[in-house]
Amino acid sequence: MSRSHHQPPHRRPVRRLASRLLTGSVLAGFLAFFVLPVLWLVLAATKTDQQLVHDNPLSFGSFPALKANWDALTAFQDNAVMQWLGNSALYAVISLVITLGVAIPAGYALAMTEFRGRHTLLVATLVVMLMPNATLVVPLFLEINAVHLIGTMWSIILPYSFYPFGVYLTYIYFTTAVPKDLLAAARMDGCSEFRVFWHIALPLATPVIALVGFFSFVANWTNYFLPYVMLPESSQMPIQVGVGSLLSNVPSFNPAVGNLAIERPQLALATLVAITPVLIVFLFAQRFLVSGMLAGATKE
Amino acid sequence: MTLTHSRAGSATRRRRGGARQSRAGMAFVAAYVVLLIAFGVLPTAYAIYFAFTDAGGRVTGFTNFVTTAQDFRFLDAVGHVATYLAFWLLSLVVFVVALALLLHRLASGSASKALRFLYYIPGALAGAASVLVWLFMLDPTVSPVSSLLGALGFHTFGEVIAPGNLPLLFTIIAFWTGAGGWIVVMYGALNNIPTDVMEAARVDGAGAWQTAWHVQIPMLRKWIVYMVILAFAGGAQLFVEPQLLSLASVGVAGRDYSLNQLTYDFAFQMNNINGAAAVSVELLVVSVSAAAVFVARSGFFDAD
Repeated sequence: MSRSHHQPPHRRPVRRLASRLLTGSVLAGFLAFFVLPVLWLVLAATKTDQQLVHDNPLSFGSFPALKANWDALTAFQDNAVMQWLGNSALYAVISLVITLGVAIPAGYALAMTEFRGRHTLLVATLVVMLMPNATLVVPLFLEINAVHLIGTMWSIILPYSFYPFGVYLTYIYFTTAVPKDLLAAARMDGCSEFRVFWHIALPLATPVIALVGFFSFVANWTNYFLPYVMLPESSQMPIQVGVGSLLSNVPSFNPAVGNLAIERPQLALATLVAITPVLIVFLFAQRFLVSGMLAGATKE
Repeated sequence: MTLTHSRAGSATRRRRGGARQSRAGMAFVAAYVVLLIAFGVLPTAYAIYFAFTDAGGRVTGFTNFVTTAQDFRFLDAVGHVATYLAFWLLSLVVFVVALALLLHRLASGSASKALRFLYYIPGALAGAASVLVWLFMLDPTVSPVSSLLGALGFHTFGEVIAPGNLPLLFTIIAFWTGAGGWIVVMYGALNNIPTDVMEAARVDGAGAWQTAWHVQIPMLRKWIVYMVILAFAGGAQLFVEPQLLSLASVGVAGRDYSLNQLTYDFAFQMNNINGAAAVSVELLVVSVSAAAVFVARSGFFDAD
């Protein structure tokens, strides 16, 4: 392979075909790796536990089986699954609203205005952004415990609302995509700083608002460790922690379970239910994501 | 004369504008600064305070660090996390870069776009969902690849999740959910390479392999380092994967497999908040140093 590279590719049709086949099979192999488990999960939810073991793994079960799985799942602990979903939605949406309200103006100010401490704030944001939030779970527990908020929804909503990555994305967006002259012109015309932000910067910021909203929603929806520590009561759990607790009621994974068992297809269905909101948001946001807008955000 | 006047006037105006802007800037960041202090600075300070004191609030120096490091599970946990990180970072660098380059070379733009989207889908299953999916994938009785597992000599779930396999299994799970996003990022970065650079390489007779090695990968370097730093900091925090596995395996993977599980155990099972804080501080130091080195050295963020 390494010796062939002095030949322009079109002179070597056989080699070119071989390289295409190799490329194709590598890409297809990874496609199977990424997609098969998702496909399997969708199909598993339509089967009985018997079918799951004996039928072709990639076959469709039946709608009655799907219905039966759904009924068994919703019957678990008196519809706990729906309550967990509701909890997740409540936590994710409130913190999303706070995140947007805080991060967008902050990123805008860092990019477009001068003020004392701006540089320090920027560096602090970068460091905190690269610091994974799981390190702070135990310290956050101590802090939240000190102000007696353990077991309330604010114990996770407030930490979720702090989203330095969103501030950074907004900062990058405004420095690269919005010319400062545009704002200067508006200021000349006598606009107040708030009006400049509200009437000029914000309408231009739609793509970055969508992006920050998407990332923050997904990060909060899929977080496990923080709510696991902060909200120990089953009735307060978000769906991620709830689904984890379902797992310990599946006899095939945990033989010690008594008669309140959950079967594997029901666990698969619960997993599907847990990810559906993310998938929906994801479909709306994907044109921003897959177009590589993130990487476009580098300052070259 | 008039000229000097108007120039002086505009300077004052600019100064006044500057002060106004400065006040506005501070107002716009105020809420963020409050959150940064409450949920970034304060918990960090709190953790440091707890790490250097005992349950009665007396300063104990490094005692908590020594005690936790001497805990029989500590070195094991460090070893587990380190092995996992080695697998995870290596696979991320090799496969993400290779796949981004291959997708970028695809003649059909729509095929490349569709593949990027499909590779990204597992990203929606982050957290507990991805672990649950892979518990099924790794259970030979229900897995769609049970014949593959059989060919590798695995016939029961217990054999698959033997402790020695865990770093690799956690790597597979993390790669499955995380790689798609990085492929998109790398692809975008490849798009940012100026066409004339690529054109020049082609005119000089560089094949795909040479172009990738000598032109594209060096220009991706910044992004690769960024990915490694984030993946390193994130990977050191391993928690949900081993935690769920410990629920599903009746103790094959203990509740103290990773460092973060150990902090949880110290804090909530052993009532040793100070020990937990010490381990948290160690993890913080590691990830903040990695971040700081990156911010300072890479020029990635030109924070002016």
